[in-house]
Amino acid sequence: MAIAALAGSTVTQEAPRKKSRIALILLLPGIFYLVLFFIVPFVSLVITSLQVPSATNFGQFDTAFNWQTYVDVVGQYGTQILRSFFFALLATVFALLFSYPLAYFIGVKARRWPLLQGLMLVLVIAPFFISFLLRTLAWKQILSDEGFVVSALKALSVLGPQDHITGTPVAVVFGLTYNFIPFMCLPLYTTLERLDVRYLEASNDLYAGPFATFRKVTIPLSLPGIVSGTLLTFIPAAGDYVNASSEFLGGSSSTMMGNVIQSNFLVQLNYPAAAALSIFLRAIILIIVSAYVKRSGTDDLL
Amino acid sequence: MVAGSFAESGADLELVGIHKRFPGFTAIEELSLKVPAGSFFALLGPSGCGKTTTLRLVAGLEEPTSGQVLIGGKDVTGMKPFQRPVNTVFQSYALFPHMTVIENVAFGLRRRKVDDPVAKAHEALRLVELDHLAARKPLQLSGGQQQRVALARAVVNRPALLLLDEPLGALDLKLRRQMQLELKTIQTEVGLTFVHVTHDQEEAMTMADTVAVMNKGAIEQMGAPEELYELPTTVFVANFLGQSNLFTGPVVESTGDTIAVDIAGTRIVVPTARAQRHSGIVTVGVRPEKLSLVTEDPGPAAGLNVIGPGRVVDVSFSGVSTQYIVEVPRLGTMVCFAQNMVFGPVVDVGASVWLSWKVDHGFGLDDVAEQAGAVQVGSAQDIAALDPEAVL
Repeated sequence: MAIAALAGSTVTQEAPRKKSRIALILLLPGIFYLVLFFIVPFVSLVITSLQVPSATNFGQFDTAFNWQTYVDVVGQYGTQILRSFFFALLATVFALLFSYPLAYFIGVKARRWPLLQGLMLVLVIAPFFISFLLRTLAWKQILSDEGFVVSALKALSVLGPQDHITGTPVAVVFGLTYNFIPFMCLPLYTTLERLDVRYLEASNDLYAGPFATFRKVTIPLSLPGIVSGTLLTFIPAAGDYVNASSEFLGGSSSTMMGNVIQSNFLVQLNYPAAAALSIFLRAIILIIVSAYVKRSGTDDLL
Repeated sequence: MVAGSFAESGADLELVGIHKRFPGFTAIEELSLKVPAGSFFALLGPSGCGKTTTLRLVAGLEEPTSGQVLIGGKDVTGMKPFQRPVNTVFQSYALFPHMTVIENVAFGLRRRKVDDPVAKAHEALRLVELDHLAARKPLQLSGGQQQRVALARAVVNRPALLLLDEPLGALDLKLRRQMQLELKTIQTEVGLTFVHVTHDQEEAMTMADTVAVMNKGAIEQMGAPEELYELPTTVFVANFLGQSNLFTGPVVESTGDTIAVDIAGTRIVVPTARAQRHSGIVTVGVRPEKLSLVTEDPGPAAGLNVIGPGRVVDVSFSGVSTQYIVEVPRLGTMVCFAQNMVFGPVVDVGASVWLSWKVDHGFGLDDVAEQAGAVQVGSAQDIAALDPEAVL
């Protein structure tokens, strides 16, 4: 879905219309992969979401057309659904605020020193070399009640004696932001790296100060990177269940949709509810993303 | 510049003792010049001579290592580009690709909160005859159209000083000639001060009131185009601005009005007033179109320099004139342009000829050419592509 949305934002080029067998052969593995791992599971998920509990066998489900499940889960988990999108939005905004200056520095300011540029890019990508579960667990340790962060903040009276960081929304949003910064940073870097500084000079020459130049020239020219970075962050963040899980940074007050789906699937074994939630989540993301891509694609943001 | 207002007229530009060093090389050695208000000033020179750097220093896009930039008598050396009453037409045009043509042109007006920016932008587009393309994006325009939009985007602000960085370089010859005329018209109409950087000597001479020839980060010679052409003072100017036949030898006689130079046994006489140096080894020269070509020895005559006999080694027809290359023993190769008064060349390859010119047409240079004879140049572009060392 994310890929389809990204493809929609780029300008499609008119390829020479010549029918070729080779193109079809080259496409086959991709088509096969999509059918096997996207279409088939998706159809199966839709069927599951409409099933009803079996009248005879407890724990079994029969095929039906029970769309009532959708109404039930949305009513039951409304808070978690709203919270998911709110947390994802916060994490996207924070990741953008953190990544833009970083990507600008690497892509524009550090052009004169290719070595520094390479080194900083490696630093952005380096966290990928360690499992993100481990990294999130490490943050749990750092932010734990016995950790130096909490004790230091308590000593400074920023936190009260009974306060925690882990298990709160702050920790979940922090974890989401941290985990998705590379996804935000890399697309931003790719567009900013190609930014022609002569446009900035021209803007400067036409009486635009640094702020006006940034707002009127730099941001519109780096918009493709902003769009793909925010999509790559927002979509997975909205469905994330690791950061918000109580085994990692979350708690009961910060449960997100991912956790609800996980619990329905693996703990409560309520497959139709979990499937309905999954499809609902995807549908909402698809609507948000297509509205966003359409807006940033057509509007010049002048 | 005060927000919301236009400059009343062009301002003068003064550079005082500008020196610019980049890491590893010096772009501008020592530069001082004054451009009077309302004039069309051309900076002419080969690639890498520091002319674009000079322009960027005036625009504020570079800071001088030392020296001052004054616009309208006001020191702007420490001012940022957006604070200076200057606009630039960039070599790359640098039109904002995400804005329409009209928004590009209105950009500077909007930043300065000028009333009714869109109407004024349309007016500027009409001036360059592109108002019908106002809604397009720059990438949908041809190179020539983009160039005119870039010009409109700069002119619409009525800057006290308009800088043009080889803006006509990418255009074909016909469009370039047309744009040269348009630029000149716009400059006269709006009365702005134009500083135009170019490596095209013809462009500089047709458009500018004053031309400064730059070489290796310093100005070689500055003056009106005719003055520069008729009386070059250095070997570089003599060869960069058109072609010259140059001879180097000792001064053997000096009267009040003329000096005589001995070139391998031939005496060449140059007026004292047109020679920069009057003793020792000097380089003297004459423009190829001042030479007349004759097939019989005219004999010595007063007020005339005669060289020959030489052998014609090449004849090339170029429409209005014919270029003869004549090999003269001990003097080297000479170039002569002759008007095509008759059909076909007057002489053929291999013919024995004499070359003569009026003493008044000769000039004496300040420095000494290493090679005698004419430096073969096809056009200014060829020269620009050459290493300046090779030319000298």
